[in-house]
Parts: sequence; structure tokens; C-alpha cells
Amino acid sequence: MQVLKRKTLALVGNHAVAYAVKQSKPQVLAVFPITPQTTMLEKISEYIASEELKAELIKVESEHSALASIYGAALAGARVFTATSSQGLLYMTEMIYWAGGQRIPIVAAVATRAIAEPWSIWDDHQDFLSKRDAIWVQMMAENVQEAYDMTIQAFRISEDERVILPVMMGFDGFILTHTMERIEVLEDGEVDNFLPPRQFNLIDFSDPIGVGPIATPEDYIKYRYEAMKAMVRAKGVIEEVMNEYERISGRKQNGLVECYKCEDAKYVFVTMGAWSGDGKVAVDRLRNAGIEAGLLKIRVFRPFPKEKIEEYLRSMKGVIVLDRAYSYGSGGILANEIKATLYGYRVPVYSVIAGIGGKDVRPRHFQKVIEDLINDNLEEERWLL
Amino acid sequence: MSSLVTPKRIPKFYRGNAACPGCPIPKELDVLLEVLGNKTVLVVPASCTTIIMGDTSGMPSTVPVIHSAFGAPAAIASGIVRALRTRGDKDVIVTVWAGDGSTGDIGFASLSGAAERNEDILYVCYDNEAYMNTGIQRSSLTPKGAWTTTTPEGKREFKKPLPFIIAEHKVPYVATASIAYIYDYEAKVRKAKQIRGFKYLHLLSPCPPGWRFDSKFTIDIAKLAVETGVWPLFEIENGEFRLTSVSKTLLDKKNRKPVTEYLKLQGRFKQLTEEEIKGIQEEIDEMWEEIKKLIKK
Ligand SMILES: Cc1ncc(C[n+]2csc(CCOP(=O)(O)OP(=O)(O)O)c2C)c(N)n1
Ligand code: SF4
Repeated sequence: MQVLKRKTLALVGNHAVAYAVKQSKPQVLAVFPITPQTTMLEKISEYIASEELKAELIKVESEHSALASIYGAALAGARVFTATSSQGLLYMTEMIYWAGGQRIPIVAAVATRAIAEPWSIWDDHQDFLSKRDAIWVQMMAENVQEAYDMTIQAFRISEDERVILPVMMGFDGFILTHTMERIEVLEDGEVDNFLPPRQFNLIDFSDPIGVGPIATPEDYIKYRYEAMKAMVRAKGVIEEVMNEYERISGRKQNGLVECYKCEDAKYVFVTMGAWSGDGKVAVDRLRNAGIEAGLLKIRVFRPFPKEKIEEYLRSMKGVIVLDRAYSYGSGGILANEIKATLYGYRVPVYSVIAGIGGKDVRPRHFQKVIEDLINDNLEEERWLL
Repeated sequence: MSSLVTPKRIPKFYRGNAACPGCPIPKELDVLLEVLGNKTVLVVPASCTTIIMGDTSGMPSTVPVIHSAFGAPAAIASGIVRALRTRGDKDVIVTVWAGDGSTGDIGFASLSGAAERNEDILYVCYDNEAYMNTGIQRSSLTPKGAWTTTTPEGKREFKKPLPFIIAEHKVPYVATASIAYIYDYEAKVRKAKQIRGFKYLHLLSPCPPGWRFDSKFTIDIAKLAVETGVWPLFEIENGEFRLTSVSKTLLDKKNRKPVTEYLKLQGRFKQLTEEEIKGIQEEIDEMWEEIKKLIKK
């Protein structure tokens, strides 16, 4: 593959996503300030004020209205975007389900953050994962580069006629939103080619329909069945879109999951989001110490890539799932998904809950749990307090 | 000459919808759509109208209907109008059609937000003075003294004065209307259609099951609400207040019918004492004194 000399920029995560949004040319946006997403909203406002992005920015009075207004704009044919975090995502929740249930192409960036009470502005995944049943495609970036790439891909996936679903791009609050990294960006024209104009509009005066009326029980379940099938189709489309993006960008995209030294591994971490980077450092150190460690990074959480995960993990000696979100009274959310995926295989799955409310997690924490596992000293569920 | 009086006119909002007998909503929608025309989008939050609009098998409306979450119609309408504008569709009238509960309570923030932004939408509140869809619970627009299932002893608080609250947002056009005065209603819709920016229309909509009256009295009650001065017909155009239709004659108290005429036809007021009715009459008279002050000499 011919590798072009790419334009590189030093951007914090929020600005990288704003840049990707600008290049994706949404026509209508609505955002409401909340830490740690706010600087993205400010950057977008600047782009629109300077007409670098020609779009309508609806300065709404709440997140509920932010999503409601772009819901309306999207069904009237506009490419749309919003961003939020934590309480804002919760405040949007009703409309999140509306957008998913109605299958409206929308892209939302979620700077992940812990949920009150008590107040916390720091990162975990409780907000993002609480939306797992809302019929949205959910992707999670590891670093600023991925946040940029995934934002552009999100529009393509969302608007693909085989999918037509809203897409949520998660990236860790502060860890990515406020960290400056060197990233490679596409040329504007390349993004234009990658993202053709949107073909979707439910408002037709020559053949008016009712969008979202009351459904009979016979119909309702069919709507949901169709949504389920769209999610299944989304898996293939996501891989296709990422492969195409890999070709034009010259950067490896990894599809639904990324396998880091896990092919020949005996013990594997499963992670999602920014701490996958720390996990990879830990894997390298463990390998140096002669331990056959690997890491499987979940890039797409919904649709959940069961087949890929099964393929990679079914013969491991031990799987340690790192969770930044917990289903109280049940278990680590990601761990539960992995356990369900590996049902029937004799693979021990351990759940480690860490980083809740921003609690620091370092490579040595990863190393410690794997060492404990090897020494038969790791309980089925451990909280790193 | 209004096309409304032509018997052969095809209704814009078809007969055969799911409204209760005597419900004014279908007729109100019909008048609205007749004036607004086919390039109208209706945004309808959770309410009686959601049901009236039919289910997945079809709808009685001749224009696109966008169903909305209870608290979101003004925001959804804002998005639709912005999107249509970016597509170059400038002559579409995006209209919210919402009950009093959505308008005054759960959707109030989104309504106030859209009004403050002066979004180019028409917001119509059809006010049946309670949450009818869920079975007659009080709203902030239920009048003082009225029975509802959550105010079995009669509501103790005043009706939220929404048209005035919206007017305080300095939007270009606010008006009240009544199904009993169709030409007045029609004229206001026609005017709103010409105006760019946020337009608010508030329609009093008597509801037979909710107000406890025989369905044949809908129009009589709507008329009495105006004649007794309970529901003044007015418009506030660019800040200028003006009474319209028969309400113009009601500044003089002796032209107003006593409020008992309005109250006695409705079961929801039947528990009121003479004393309370007197209180209600006094409040109406006070309101008219306030209205006098609003009128520019
Ligand atoms: C968030 C939310 N809470 C509650 C409801 C239940 N609900 C549906 S319609 C309605 C009342 C509607 O009252 P109003 O706006 O006055 O319209 P009407 O039914 O009187 O036409 C309620 C409470 C809902 N749909 N959504
Ligand atoms: S309850 Fe009242 S407002 Fe609702 S449909 Fe029946 S008559 Fe109309």
C-alpha cells in the first residue's frame, strides 16, 4: 500500500472530534455544555461562527432538547451531530431511546464520565454502558487518533442503508478529551468522498406519513425485530467501512475488536477505551517476563462482536475482563457480556472492576492481576480499590 | 368567503379518527390545516391527539405527522425547521400541536427555549385543562376550583397564564382562540402563517369526559367561556395587545355573562360553593381590569 504523507496536527481529543465533525459536514448540530465535553462544543461554535462549517447550531436549553432537536433535523433530512457526557447523557435518555427505536441516523460523541451521586467529573464508563439497550451502535476509542477516525466512520455507518441506526462514539473523559496527541488527519476532499451526501428524509408532502405513531403489539415487536436485524447487519457494515477507511487513510483500523499479541497468548485482558493503552504496556512487560499475555480490545460494543471474541478467546487459559462500569447486583458489564459469549467453553473468566470514578489504573495493576491469576490467587470478581 | 362554509370541501383532517364524541380536536385541526395548507408538518407530543392520529396502520391527517416525546415537541420542531431551511425548503410551516400538559408542564422548558431562540415555528396549545390522555389529572393549566382525578376536592392553585408568559419572551405573535369563534381562530392562523419567527396560539378546547358535560354542549361551552370573560380572545402582535371578536365588547362588565352560566354546565365545577363561585367571578373581573391596562389608548 502506498503510504501518503499525511497532515499531522497536535490536538486534544475534544478538538480532534470537533475537527472530524467539521470535515463530515453535518447540517444541523445541537450541544449543551457539560464537562468534559464542553471544549468540543466551544470549538464547534467557533467553526460555525467563522463559517468553516456551514451549519445550523441549535443553542438548546437542555440535553433532552439537544437530542430532540437533532432528532427532528435528522428525520427532515439533515446530517446531524451532538455530544455530551454523564448527567447530560442521562438527561437525554428518553430521546436516545426515541432515536434508536425510530432508527434515525444520528452521531453523538460521548466523553465518558462517572455519574452522580456523589458528584464526580472524572472518567468511567457507567454513562456510556447504561445506554446499551437503546438500539444505538456504540464504539469506543482508545486514543485521540481513534476518536478522530471513528467520528468520521460513525457518519458512514449510521447512514448506510443497510444499517440506519444512531451511532455513539465514546471516548474517555479527560484522559482523551483533554490530552493532546499528534494525530494524522484526512484531507477535506477525502472525507467528502468517503461520506456521500445523506439520503434520508421522512418528510414527504406528496406522500405524508406519521413518524412514530402508536404501534399495535403485532407491529411493535416487528419494529424491534427489524432493529435487531439491522444491528446484526451493522457488524458487517462496520468492518467494511473500517476497511475502506484503512485503505484511504493508510492506518490500520482493526474492525470490531483489536487483538494485541493475543493470537499466541494464554492469558488475555479484555478492555475497552483508553486504558487499553496501559494494558498493552502491561502485556509487553509480562511478555518480557516470559508470561504469554495478550489483550483483546473491544472497539465496538454494540453490536457486540460475539463471533470475533469467541474466535479469539475460546481456548485461553484465563481471561481477565477489566470493567469501568458495573451492573449493581449483577456484575461487571463487559465481564457479563464476555461470560455470556464464552458460554459452553471451559475458559475461566475473571472480572476486575477498576477505574470507577476516575480512580487511577496503571500497567502495574494489570500485571498484578495476571500474576495473581497465574498463582491461582485471583478471585472471580475483584474490585481494585 | 371562507372555504369552510362550502359543504363540498374535503376535510384536511379526515373523519373517522379516534377522538371521543364531542371532542373539538378534529375540527380544530381541520381548520388549522385548511388555512396552513399542505406544506405543513405537525409535531404532536404524547396526548389525546397521539391516539386521534391513529396507529401504524394509518392516520387521518393529510400532512406529515411527527410524533414527539411528551417533553420535546418544541425542540423537535426546531430541528425540523432548521433542517428544512438548510435544504432550501423555506415555505414549510412546522407546527407543534400540543396539549396543556405538554405545553405548560413537562415541555415548558423546550417551549420556552424555542420561544427565546425565536424559532420559526407555530406552536398551538389546545388546552383541555388537564392531562386527558392519562385519565383527567390536573395540569398547571387546570383552572382553580376544577375537579380532576388528582384534585378530587377541586384544584387550589391558579391556572398558569401561558399566553402572557410566552408573550414575555418577546416573540412576534401570541394569540388565544376558541373553536366557537372559527373565523377569529382562522384569521389568527392566517396571520401566524405570514409571520417569521415564533408564533404561539392558545386554543381553549372543552373536553366532554374531562369536564363532565354532555358531548352536545362542546360549542356552547366554548362560546360561554368567551362570553363570560373566562377566555378572552386577544392577540399580542409585536408586543401590542388587542382584543378580538366579541371579546372587544366585554371590557364593559355588564356585557359579560355571569360565570355561573359557564360553570353550571360542567360536572367538574359542581362541588363549588356559592362563596367559591363568587371568588371565581371576582378573579375574572380583576383579570379584565388588568386587560384594560394592556390596551393602548
Ligand atoms: C415522560 C412522560 N411522562 C408521562 C407520560 C404519560 N402521558 C402521556 S400523555 C400525558 C398527558 C397529556 O396531557 P396533555 O398534554 O394535557 O394532553 P391531552 O392528553 O390532554 O390531550 C401523560 C402524562 C409520557 N408519555 N411521557
Ligand atoms: S378526552 Fe377530551 S380531549 Fe381527549 S379525545 Fe376525548 S374529548 Fe378529546
